[in-house]
Amino acid sequence: MEASEIKKRLEELLSSELVWKIGEKQTGDGWVEIPLEKWTEACRLARDDEKLLFEFLRALSGVDRPGENNIELVAHLFSYRHRHAVVLKTKVSRENPVAASVCSVWPAAEWYEREIFDLLGVNFREHPDLRRILLPEDWPGHPLRKDYQQPASYRGIPTSRPAPEGSAS
Amino acid sequence: MTLIERSPEGAVAIGPIDKLLNLARKHSLWYLLFGTACCAIELMQTGGPRADADRFGMMFRSSPRQADVLILAGTITYKMASRIRLLYEQMAEPRYVIAMGSCACTGGLFQKSYAVVNGGDLFLPVDVYIPGCPPRPEALLEGLLVVQQKVAAEPWLKKIQGKVPAKPDPALPREC
Repeated sequence: MEASEIKKRLEELLSSELVWKIGEKQTGDGWVEIPLEKWTEACRLARDDEKLLFEFLRALSGVDRPGENNIELVAHLFSYRHRHAVVLKTKVSRENPVAASVCSVWPAAEWYEREIFDLLGVNFREHPDLRRILLPEDWPGHPLRKDYQQPASYRGIPTSRPAPEGSAS
Repeated sequence: MTLIERSPEGAVAIGPIDKLLNLARKHSLWYLLFGTACCAIELMQTGGPRADADRFGMMFRSSPRQADVLILAGTITYKMASRIRLLYEQMAEPRYVIAMGSCACTGGLFQKSYAVVNGGDLFLPVDVYIPGCPPRPEALLEGLLVVQQKVAAEPWLKKIQGKVPAKPDPALPREC
C-alpha cells in the first residue's frame, strides 16, 4: 500500500482524523502523526490489521525538539507480508515526558525504549524493565537533550582537557 | 656493567645490583591483552610473528595479576574507565601504562563526546604516549622499548625501600 492509503486505513481503524506529513524538501519518507493517547492502540492496530500487518518494528527512536517544546517518538514499521513501510510519530512534552510503552506490541521495543529513556529521559509506562541501557546508572541527565550541560567531572575524572599551547582551538 | 672475564663457560660481569635487576626486569615486560576499541587489533598484531614483541621478552598475559604493562588500546568511555582502573589496581607493582593511539592520549576523534574520557592520563598515571590512529605495530613496539628504557634507568632498590617518590596518580588525592 502507498503511504496515503496506509494513513487512510489507520484513520478508519482509529476512527479519527490523522495528519500525514512529509519533510520540507518533499523527499524521503512521509510520516503519520498519532496523538499520544492513541500511541499504543495505533501501534497494535497497525500490527494486527489484515491490510497493514506491520509485524516488524524496524526502529524506534526519539528526537528532541526544544523549539516546539516536545520530544518526538519515531517508529519505523515494515510489513514482510505486504512489503510496505510506514513511519509513525507521536509527540511527548519535554516537561513531563511520559508515553505508553509499545513493548506489549513488539517485544523488540524494550531496548529501544530503554535507549530513549537513557538518552532523552522519556518515561515509558508499563515498560517491563525501564533503566539505563548505555550510560552508567549514576549518570547525571540525558545527553541527547539539546540543552544538556555536561558536568565538569564524572566520578573524579575531568570531562575536558586543556588545549595544548599554541594550538588553534 | 663491566665485563671482567670471558671464559669458555661464559662471561663474568660485575655491576651494581640495580643494573642487574633491571636487566632482568626489562626483558620480561608482560603486557595485559586488553583493548577497548580498534587499536586492540594493532595490539594483537604486535604480538604476532611479524612485529614479534616476544623477541624483547614481551608476552601477552590474560590476567592483570601477571601483567607488568597496561596498554590503553582504544577509545575509553566513562563507563569503561572505572573497569580499567580496577584492572590497573589488580596489577602488581611495578606497573607501567602506555596510552596507545589518539583516543587513549586525548580522546582523539571523540573528544567532544559526552561519553568519552579525554585521555587515559586523567585517571591513570601514563608513562608513554603513542600518537596515531591507530599506531602501527612498529610504533607500539617502539613505545614498549621506551618503557624498557624507563625500567633500565630506575633505581629499583631505592624505590622498593620507599626512598623514591611514587609516580603522581591522577585518581589519588594530591598532596600539596
